[in-house]
Amino acid sequence: MKDVREALMVGRNSEGKLVRRPLSPHLQAYNMLRMSSASSIFHRITGVALGAGTLLLTLWLVTAATSDAAFAFTQGLLGSWLGLLILFGFTFALFYHFCNGIRHLSWDAGKGFELTEMHRNGTIVIAAAVVLTVAFWVIGFLVW
Amino acid sequence: MSNDTPSIHIMRSKLGRAQGLGSAKSGLHHWWAQRLTAIALLPLVLYFLASLLILAGASRAQVGAYIGEPWNTVLFLALIAALFYHLSLGLQTVIEDYVHVEGKRLATLLVVKGGIILLALASAVSVLKLAL
Repeated sequence: MKDVREALMVGRNSEGKLVRRPLSPHLQAYNMLRMSSASSIFHRITGVALGAGTLLLTLWLVTAATSDAAFAFTQGLLGSWLGLLILFGFTFALFYHFCNGIRHLSWDAGKGFELTEMHRNGTIVIAAAVVLTVAFWVIGFLVW
Repeated sequence: MSNDTPSIHIMRSKLGRAQGLGSAKSGLHHWWAQRLTAIALLPLVLYFLASLLILAGASRAQVGAYIGEPWNTVLFLALIAALFYHLSLGLQTVIEDYVHVEGKRLATLLVVKGGIILLALASAVSVLKLAL
């Protein structure tokens, strides 16, 4: 062990033997069906998915600034069944990331960290994301 | 004790080890910027979703007229700035967690960050072109 940082990677197991600590995040170490790990990894997955979704935002703005034909292409793409499905997934990812982001900010403020609270506010986040997505699309189809 | 069993040979004070690891001066910037952009995005995303509902089925001229309203131009530009900055910080974290080979990690970061800057510029220029 040459690197000083290695010293922090060593711990003892339950038998008192020196072992190398696992790196984090270390997916196989977690039960992914638990609220804590599931809501965390879903925050990351929706974040990356929203990153891909910003390509659509850029496409929409660039084609709107380009020409009628270019904008018609984007409208055709987003108005198709596949486009609407992608937009539906995009809004759900956005509402989840939005609500769970508020949950993360409250954790940063030191609130809602107890296990029972964490389970409850995680459930609220999932329910809120579903309700907001459905409400958004109901309003969307009403005003369209 | 076999050779692959880890052990600690370094005799060093806790202060010395902490100093060897560097201070939290610039490391905090990423964390702080991620939170600030998150807070900024809360109202901006709600505004953006409301704009999408207003513009559902709108023609190109209507989209241009909406984005061309001064406050809408400002809010769209603010949204683009906060959104792409937040995205850049978030993807950086993901890449640093999962790409372990140093050269590959640096290359991935440069490509992703460069791409995000181009997308942000394209979006902002388009908003300005619609507005001006």
